[in-house]
Amino acid sequence: MTAVAEAGRGRSSSGAAARGWGRLRQGRALPVLVVLGAIMVLWYLAALWLNAPRTIEQFQREDRADYSIGELAAAAWSMERPVLPTPGQIAADIWKTTVDTRITSKRSLVYHASVTMSSTLVGFALGTVLGIAIAIGIVHVPTLDRSIMPWVIASQTIPILAIAPMIVVVLGNLGFTGILPKAVISAYLSFFPVTIGMVKGLRSPDPLQLDLMRTYSASRTQIFSKLRWPASLGFLFPSLKIGIALALVGAIVGELPTGAQAGIGARLLTGSYYGQMVPMWSALVVSGLLAMICIFAVSAVERAVALARGGRA
Amino acid sequence: MTMIAAGDGTAAGAAAARREAPEGHSRSAARPAVVEAKGLSLVFQTADAPVRALDNIDLIIERGEFVSLIGPSGCGKTTLMRVIADLEQPTEGSIRINGSTPEQARLARSYGYVFQAPALYPWRNVERNVQLPLEVMGMSKEERTARSDRALETVGLSGFKKKFPWQLSGGMQQRVSIARAMSFEPDLLLMDEPFGALDEITRDNLNVHLLDLWNRTNLTVVFVTHSIPEAVFLSSRIVVMSPRPGRIVEVIDSDLPRGRDLDIRETPAFLEVAHRVRVALREGHSYD
Ligand SMILES: Nc1ncnc2c1ncn2[C@@H]1O[C@H](COP(=O)(O)OP(=O)(O)O)[C@@H](O)[C@H]1O
Ligand SMILES: [Mg+2]
Repeated sequence: MTAVAEAGRGRSSSGAAARGWGRLRQGRALPVLVVLGAIMVLWYLAALWLNAPRTIEQFQREDRADYSIGELAAAAWSMERPVLPTPGQIAADIWKTTVDTRITSKRSLVYHASVTMSSTLVGFALGTVLGIAIAIGIVHVPTLDRSIMPWVIASQTIPILAIAPMIVVVLGNLGFTGILPKAVISAYLSFFPVTIGMVKGLRSPDPLQLDLMRTYSASRTQIFSKLRWPASLGFLFPSLKIGIALALVGAIVGELPTGAQAGIGARLLTGSYYGQMVPMWSALVVSGLLAMICIFAVSAVERAVALARGGRA
Repeated sequence: MTMIAAGDGTAAGAAAARREAPEGHSRSAARPAVVEAKGLSLVFQTADAPVRALDNIDLIIERGEFVSLIGPSGCGKTTLMRVIADLEQPTEGSIRINGSTPEQARLARSYGYVFQAPALYPWRNVERNVQLPLEVMGMSKEERTARSDRALETVGLSGFKKKFPWQLSGGMQQRVSIARAMSFEPDLLLMDEPFGALDEITRDNLNVHLLDLWNRTNLTVVFVTHSIPEAVFLSSRIVVMSPRPGRIVEVIDSDLPRGRDLDIRETPAFLEVAHRVRVALREGHSYD
């Protein structure tokens, strides 16, 4: 029984390896790996360049004059408070604050990430609903097209860093604290791509498809539900991918002015207060990973919807 | 809303009457003509100069007729069909459909329109595309399935219900669009160059199918084409049109028997009608 299972596992993993090589040969993974390697080399060189002066100072304080370049590099790449930490240091810190720390601890990056993610998701949901509602209004009511669209565009020309503290203060005065102000900032950023994409999508049916509905004397609601809405879905998902990434940015920015105790933004802030670059970089990398996970999740839903609607697999 | 509901009843009633007691040609004269156009003109206001797409059109189409509109590109065939379908408003003259205005006829769902392109909804499979008008008309699921099955059977696509448009050839897509137009059993079928993009063999095949359908029911068909053999093969009457301005140059009655097969195209009677159409088309052209 065990042997069979083992054999099965062995085969499947060698299958995966074969696929990996296949991909490498087909040239999909190889360029990515080459670029990654180049970035790593440049990163370590930059870390050496930026950290060396302080390492040399340190050596001088210790009266060490005869150090090799190798010793200098080793010291510069393992400083406790580097100007630019190495990828290795960042990875080690992420490991320490995720895997080796209890999730409930204030030092756990998983805890901070979940705080940021919850307001990201609430804000993304709010922004998506708002964005779709505005798009439906714009497409169906000509006066809204002229009166609202300029405001929609203007809203995105205001720097979010300027408007975020105002939202936090105003909502705080109304008694809303915690997740909501951050979610509102996320929604403020993420509704925009959804509105733009959906206006385009809802207008995407060609004249013949619309004429067809007219020959059936279909009502506006029927034209919406049977034609405009399904036609717009192809435009919705790309907008959602941008929207969710912006919602994450909004949530992090929203954590800065509150002096929040928790969240990726709070970690960035404390890191910069105390000049600790390593936790800042960890927070940055984790926020990047979160964005990737979010976008991946939206893509998965997109694929599922496309398949259900008879898309080419 | 009320109007639409009322219209619904009329369409269903008319369709039922046709199924139960198909009327002969003799009685049709007592009813209003299916299409009655008098002095119909339509001018498109374009950026540079106004285009006279239809000029003083007089045309009466009786119940059960198969009328083809033939003529070179831009002579207003599509525009005339769109006026009948209430998709375009005439600038002069009058037009009645079954004795009422085009708008009332549209609200009563009295016609099915087959466009030049299939205009299928790519996110719906074949069956659900055919059921689209039935959904809009609020039919029950059982009724929709029964009707789409029947319509797909008629165009020979019963085995393709679950396929999506991109999985079908152009000819099959166009057959789906015909099934869709027939699914709610309208009395009037408006077909705008439905087979224009198809190969000759598929086209012959669909022509035979269409003619057979017309023979079995009391359907009225208005059919646009620029193929002379197609027009002569299908029609009981051929309306020859000419462009700039779009007008009717001649209406040719065909006395070919109602039941025909493709071989009729080799007969002298057929060739004689085809010759008359060709001459009329040439005359239309000699104006410019
Ligand atoms: N929506 C429109 N706006 C302006 N001109 C149009 C429009 N539709 C058709 N036309 C013009 O009207 C004339 C008749 O067009 P159409 O009815 O499509 O011709 P056909 O179907 O016989 O080829 C053409 O000159 C065409 O350019
Ligand atoms: Mg045309």
